[in-house]
Amino acid sequence: MTTPDAISPLVLSPGLPKSREGDPAFAEPWQAEAFAMTVQLHEKGVFSWSEWAEVLSQELYGPGRRADASDYYDCWVAALSRLVTELSITSRADLDQLTQRWQEAAEATPHGAPIRLENAPGR
Amino acid sequence: MQHDDHHHHHDDHDNHFSEMQARVKALETVLTQKGLIDPAAIDAIVETYETKIGPRNGARVVAKAWTEPDFAEWLTRDATAAIASLGYTGRQGEHMRAVFNTPETHNLIVCTLCSCYPWAVLGLPPVWYKAPPYRARAVIDPRGVLAEFGVTLPESIKIRVWDSTAELRYLVIPERPSGTEHLDAERLADLVTRDAMIGTGLVSSSGDVR
Repeated sequence: MTTPDAISPLVLSPGLPKSREGDPAFAEPWQAEAFAMTVQLHEKGVFSWSEWAEVLSQELYGPGRRADASDYYDCWVAALSRLVTELSITSRADLDQLTQRWQEAAEATPHGAPIRLENAPGR
Repeated sequence: MQHDDHHHHHDDHDNHFSEMQARVKALETVLTQKGLIDPAAIDAIVETYETKIGPRNGARVVAKAWTEPDFAEWLTRDATAAIASLGYTGRQGEHMRAVFNTPETHNLIVCTLCSCYPWAVLGLPPVWYKAPPYRARAVIDPRGVLAEFGVTLPESIKIRVWDSTAELRYLVIPERPSGTEHLDAERLADLVTRDAMIGTGLVSSSGDVR
C-alpha cells in the first residue's frame, strides 16, 4: 500500500488543505479519489511534479474562485482533466460525455444500490 | 429519524451525482481503461486518510457543545445551522441532527441500506460502517455490536439506533468524561474519536481509543 511518505511531491501542491498533522484534508470522498488518482499518475511518471503544479496553479488563480477556498478540489479536478487531455490520454469531448453518462447512471440507480456505468440508460 | 419509526426515505429518490462526483468517476473510468491507475490502489490511498481527516471537524463540534451551553442548545434545535456556523457544510444539502448521549441513553448511528454518513463532520466512513454485517446487526443487536467494539453498557442504559438517509444524517454527541473540567475546547477535541461520534465508542479522559 502506498504510504503518505511516498507521495510527498503532490502533498506540496499549492494551497493544499491540510490537517494539523500535515495530511491532506478532504471534505468528501470524491476529493480523496481525485487526489489519489493524481498521486498514482505522478508515481507512474505520467506527468512531473512541476507540470502538475503549473496546471493546478493556473486553475487556482483563475477567476471566480470562492472566497472560502471550498472549491479547492473543484480546481484540482479541473486541473487533472486539463492535464489528461493535454497529454492526449483522452479528449475533452470524451471526458465530458463520460461525465454525463455517470450522472445518468446515478439517476437511474435506486438509492442503496451500487452505481455502475452500465446502469445509464441506453442511447 | 429513529429506526423503529420505520419512515425510511431511502426508497423515495434515486441517486444523484454532482458534477464533480461524475467527473471524478469519468476520469477514473478513462484512466483505468488506459491502465494508468489501479482502482484498488486508489481505494488504498483513500483509506490511508479516511480515519485521520474528517473526524477532527466533528470533534470540534463536540468540544464546543461541551464547553458552550448556548451552542449545545443550538445544536439540539438546529444542528444543520449550528454545524454550518463552524464552516462544516455538506455539499449535497443534507440535514444534520445531533443526538446527545446521556446517563440514560446511548446513541448509535448506522445506514441500513447503503452508507449515508455525515461527511462534513466525520470525513469518509470507515470500511466496517459500509459493510453489510454492521448495517444489519446495528439494528437487530446494537448491544452485541457495541460489545464487539469493546463498549459494554449497563442494561439500564437504553440504546437508540438512528438510521441515516441521504437527506438526514446524524452525529452522536458523546458524554464529556469526568476529570476534564480543566481542559479547553481544543484539548477536549483531541479526546473525541470518530467512533465516539458514530456511537461505537466512548470518550475517555485519557484520550484512549475506547
